[in-house]
Amino acid sequence: MKPSTGDRIVSVIIHILLIIIGFVSIYPFWNAAVISFNNGIDALKGGITFWPREFTLDNYKFVFKDKRLINGFIISVLRTGLGTAGAILCTSIFAYGMSKKELIGRKFYMGMAVFTMYFSGGLIPSYLLIRDLGLVNTFWVMVIPGLISVWNMIVFRTFFKSLPPGLEESAKIDGCTNWGVFFRIVFPLSGPVMATIALFTAVYHWNDWFAPGLYINNPDLLPIQTKLQQIMNSNIMTEQLKQMDSAAAAHLSSLRSVTTKSLTMATMMVATFPILLVYPFLQKYFVKGVMIGSIKE
Amino acid sequence: MTTQSAAVRKEKTRKKERYGRDLSLGRRLLNQWDIQLMVIPAIIYIFIFCYIPMYGLLMSFQDFSIFKGFWKSPWVGLKHFKAFLAAPDFWNIMRNTVVISLLRIFFGFPAPIILALMLNEVRNRTFKRVIQTVSYLPHFLSWVIVSSFVFSILSVENGSLNLLLLKLNIIKEPISFLDENKYFWSIIVTTGIWKEIGFGSIVYLAAIAGIDPQLYEAASMDGASRTRQIFLITIPCILPVIILFLILAIGDLLSAGFEDLLLLGSNPIQRPVSDVIDTYVYRHGVKTQRFSYATAVGMFKAVISIGLLAGANKLAKKTGNSLW
Repeated sequence: MKPSTGDRIVSVIIHILLIIIGFVSIYPFWNAAVISFNNGIDALKGGITFWPREFTLDNYKFVFKDKRLINGFIISVLRTGLGTAGAILCTSIFAYGMSKKELIGRKFYMGMAVFTMYFSGGLIPSYLLIRDLGLVNTFWVMVIPGLISVWNMIVFRTFFKSLPPGLEESAKIDGCTNWGVFFRIVFPLSGPVMATIALFTAVYHWNDWFAPGLYINNPDLLPIQTKLQQIMNSNIMTEQLKQMDSAAAAHLSSLRSVTTKSLTMATMMVATFPILLVYPFLQKYFVKGVMIGSIKE
Repeated sequence: MTTQSAAVRKEKTRKKERYGRDLSLGRRLLNQWDIQLMVIPAIIYIFIFCYIPMYGLLMSFQDFSIFKGFWKSPWVGLKHFKAFLAAPDFWNIMRNTVVISLLRIFFGFPAPIILALMLNEVRNRTFKRVIQTVSYLPHFLSWVIVSSFVFSILSVENGSLNLLLLKLNIIKEPISFLDENKYFWSIIVTTGIWKEIGFGSIVYLAAIAGIDPQLYEAASMDGASRTRQIFLITIPCILPVIILFLILAIGDLLSAGFEDLLLLGSNPIQRPVSDVIDTYVYRHGVKTQRFSYATAVGMFKAVISIGLLAGANKLAKKTGNSLW
């Protein structure tokens, strides 16, 4: 059947709207990237939109010379790596146990877990708990509170339940224990769901600036996002200069083309790059993951 | 070694078969110690990190002091709840919270649905793919970065939006979007839509993909145009998913946002329009350390939220699409 004229007009409008949405989605990022590659003093004159006017790598040179930012970057990498690996391991083991029909007390455990999705103690009691546990000002405050996620447990459990039961049975006949079955058979089969949850967890860890800002005073332990937030909050060049080591300060004065804004933009690009590198390739997985999660709502 | 343990297990299963449910609870637990071991540590973890803070809510009925601790702090009944209800900011905060949330539901909630419906009409797979990938991007950026984008785009001096509006001759003078409170709600809601529209559409696209294609065939045989099919088939078919998310959104009515409001509304001048329950709790609890008072405010919110969720669910039950 040929599309009617009305349908064709609608189709054209839809395509135009989608192009606008696509453009608006990417423009702020593009613009920031362009400014980060532009001479900072020149950028202050404004008017930079799609292309750099005076191309330079100085901003990036400066960022990569600033030990505090590099340190923040390393903390972010460590935190994301450990936090994600730990969360995947703990949550998937929990979910595997919960997927067993014969588990005694399963309903009770499930009720206890699901209740926390609807009701929580809130910010202040949690804050005091973290304090009482002695996690304040430690690296682990960024890892431990995220180890178990009820939501992810449900996603994992749904996936484990969908695996053919024959697999486990045959492994058990061969003498595998439940833990053995989990690590040798179920875990390797869970690639897609692991990839999804790993992506979401990693993105959470990488982007979280609030918890470190709340619990950590030691600047050497702050991840890049919190550093970025503090830089933007202070937004005073002199303060940055004061805190910088003298070599970097000397370097800055020799560059003369770097401003707080261009520097912030370059730091932002560095802080976003790892995510940008990963998410487009995991798309088909997380689309599936979101579906499993929403079915099980 | 393995054969031996296998034999032991066989023995166990045989026993189980013979005795069935007659085995005592302790015995049965012992028999499945390995799977219990997978679950119990996590349950203890949940108990510590989720249930102890819930117990900590009780300090909203105390004058909690860090030095005296939870057990020795004096009980004061509803003092902090009354103080919040009588606080000069109370109505302002409630208004901001509810208005921002309602604006989000009204404008932000339909946005991903509309995007999904539009994407579904695209036949060219590459085009669809590119738009999808690009629209997911903002979801993966942190609020720190997004807020700095907002400040940069909306800036009076050479912000891209002002440049655009000037070029199109819509305005004569650059607008200081960030310094005037009247723009704040629009900024916060638009930013929220911008960040989540693409990612939010995934769920609806999945629901649309699950619709039986025969429905469309039948409709086009009956002469319904593609555009009419959207309204006659696609939307009614994904309605259960829409209602489900609407229930959750209503349950979150008092969560107007936190990180975004904290960052975009960081300027104290904007507090009359940017302060919501969550940011208020943060400021009073963490910044000025009025722990009991802030906990009381947080609890006030949590209780109302549960009520709203239950209420919305009850309404949805009438249409047969409830959460539980």
